[in-house]
Amino acid sequence: MTRSTLITHLILISGAIFMTLPVWVAFATSTHAPETILREGLQIIPGGHFFETYNEVLFVEGGVMKKVTATAMLKNSLILGIGFAVGKVIISMLAAYAIVYFRFRLAVPLFWIIFMTLLLPLEVRIIPSYKVVADLGLLDTHTGLIIPLIASATGTFFFRQFFRSVPDELLEAARLDGATSWGFFIDILVPLSKTMIAAILIIMFVVGWNQYLWPLIMTTKEENYTLVIGIKQIYQVLNEGGELPQFQKAFALTILATLPPVLVVLIFQNWFVKGLVESEK
Amino acid sequence: MKRVQFEHSPIPYLFVAPQIIIIVIFFLWPAAQAVYQSFLLEDAFGLSSQFVWFRNYSDTIFSSAWLQAFGFTIIFSTLVTFLSLGIALLLAVKANEVIQGASTYKTLLMWAYAIAPPVAGLMGNLMFNPLIGDLYGFMNAVGFDFDHKLDPYDAGFVVILISVWKQVSVNFIFFLSGLQGIPKSVNEAAMMDCNSSTRRFWTITFPLLAPTTFFLMVINITYAFFETFGIIDTTTQGAPGGATTTLVFKVFQDGFRGADIGGSSAQSVVLMLLVLVLTVIQFRFIEKKVHY
Repeated sequence: MTRSTLITHLILISGAIFMTLPVWVAFATSTHAPETILREGLQIIPGGHFFETYNEVLFVEGGVMKKVTATAMLKNSLILGIGFAVGKVIISMLAAYAIVYFRFRLAVPLFWIIFMTLLLPLEVRIIPSYKVVADLGLLDTHTGLIIPLIASATGTFFFRQFFRSVPDELLEAARLDGATSWGFFIDILVPLSKTMIAAILIIMFVVGWNQYLWPLIMTTKEENYTLVIGIKQIYQVLNEGGELPQFQKAFALTILATLPPVLVVLIFQNWFVKGLVESEK
Repeated sequence: MKRVQFEHSPIPYLFVAPQIIIIVIFFLWPAAQAVYQSFLLEDAFGLSSQFVWFRNYSDTIFSSAWLQAFGFTIIFSTLVTFLSLGIALLLAVKANEVIQGASTYKTLLMWAYAIAPPVAGLMGNLMFNPLIGDLYGFMNAVGFDFDHKLDPYDAGFVVILISVWKQVSVNFIFFLSGLQGIPKSVNEAAMMDCNSSTRRFWTITFPLLAPTTFFLMVINITYAFFETFGIIDTTTQGAPGGATTTLVFKVFQDGFRGADIGGSSAQSVVLMLLVLVLTVIQFRFIEKKVHY
């Protein structure tokens, strides 16, 4: 090994440590007793309280929140992540299909309306959005949580780009065979887009799971908290003090909130990278 | 546009309808509301309101709190963008060179993408917790009089460190895929002409990465403006004394905590204009890239 490859490896190893160590420390610390953490600080070697802590956080009422367990929050996070991803794919595929494959008068203005969503991230319209959802009676519902998030331009642009690369001959042939517009979409276009759909689903699952601001303002009841929102609550509890600060539970909750999206990214790494790089173009 | 298309019919409207309906109800309508309310002044009970032209704008934008938030947002986004891009570029170049363990490195460097900003924020917050945080102890042990609860610079340091950490992986993924897109023949030709790898990087590789870098800059600025909300909300909450308050955090604070709807809306509209500028820059660049 030459000197320069050695340096290369050293840089990469320090980068990997920089990116990984905080999460490892969070995990290791979560497996210790609260007294140990308070006495000795953060831990780098896992301790013996893994089952105790995670059992309490996941299954015992009052373990993390007043009523709900982390399992309930996990369920809410999954609903949000999956609902967000599936909804986004369906809605943007349909819109992209109309825009690419049909000649209709409002195609251009409608495309611009979709484009405008890029200019209006949630952060610039938080309060009025909250009001709309409140007026529709959708606060604290899954519908109210997911629907306002699923319309966005990126998904539509992505599928539009992909549909344009599909050869025109396919539609000609399908039409000769008497395919309807819906038939062409379901039987030909959707199967053709399988890899694209998978890639977008993976990215969007992670994005949906990690949503913070929107669930924060529109869920008020504990039973609707997602894990990421639970994080915020446990942070407040820690700051308020009280008896012995339950640092191990806070760490356990961060690990639980991190694990599912990380697993999805690791398992589907290639699709994920492809989807990310392609969709942001 | 496709050469072959379906004929005129109401069907395409059915296909775009779900998307458009959601956009109108949850994007355009609220945005219009924000613009409308930015011109109104409500009384303390929210019972009556008065049209006040640009008073909300002048009141908020010339207030010292907003200017402070604006200043912090600019410094914060600049530092986060350059630091996370720099670290990611270095790592991507090295990961592209290396042969042994390439895929392991790649996985370890990109996986943090999946971590939510508020989760990263809470983790960082705990590591800097004065009771247990080793980083807090470390900073004091090496001679800094470190206290992020009281010192604005220390608070800024914590927020920037966590924001950079969270963003390195995205930049790494894009840089690496950009580097892998550079044809081997280019590198080989450069290798013949020039011995110094540093010079090869700055004269050949870096210019070829320019489109990726520019694109990432826009992404990173957007991230620093908007997505870091979750990090700030779980670490400093804008404290001490508003020193780490970003513009987005201030919109949230004034609107939800302070119930100052008019002022918060005026700030939202200013943010919309900023996003507009960013998007225009991004799209002009993408057009350029097509010709590239």
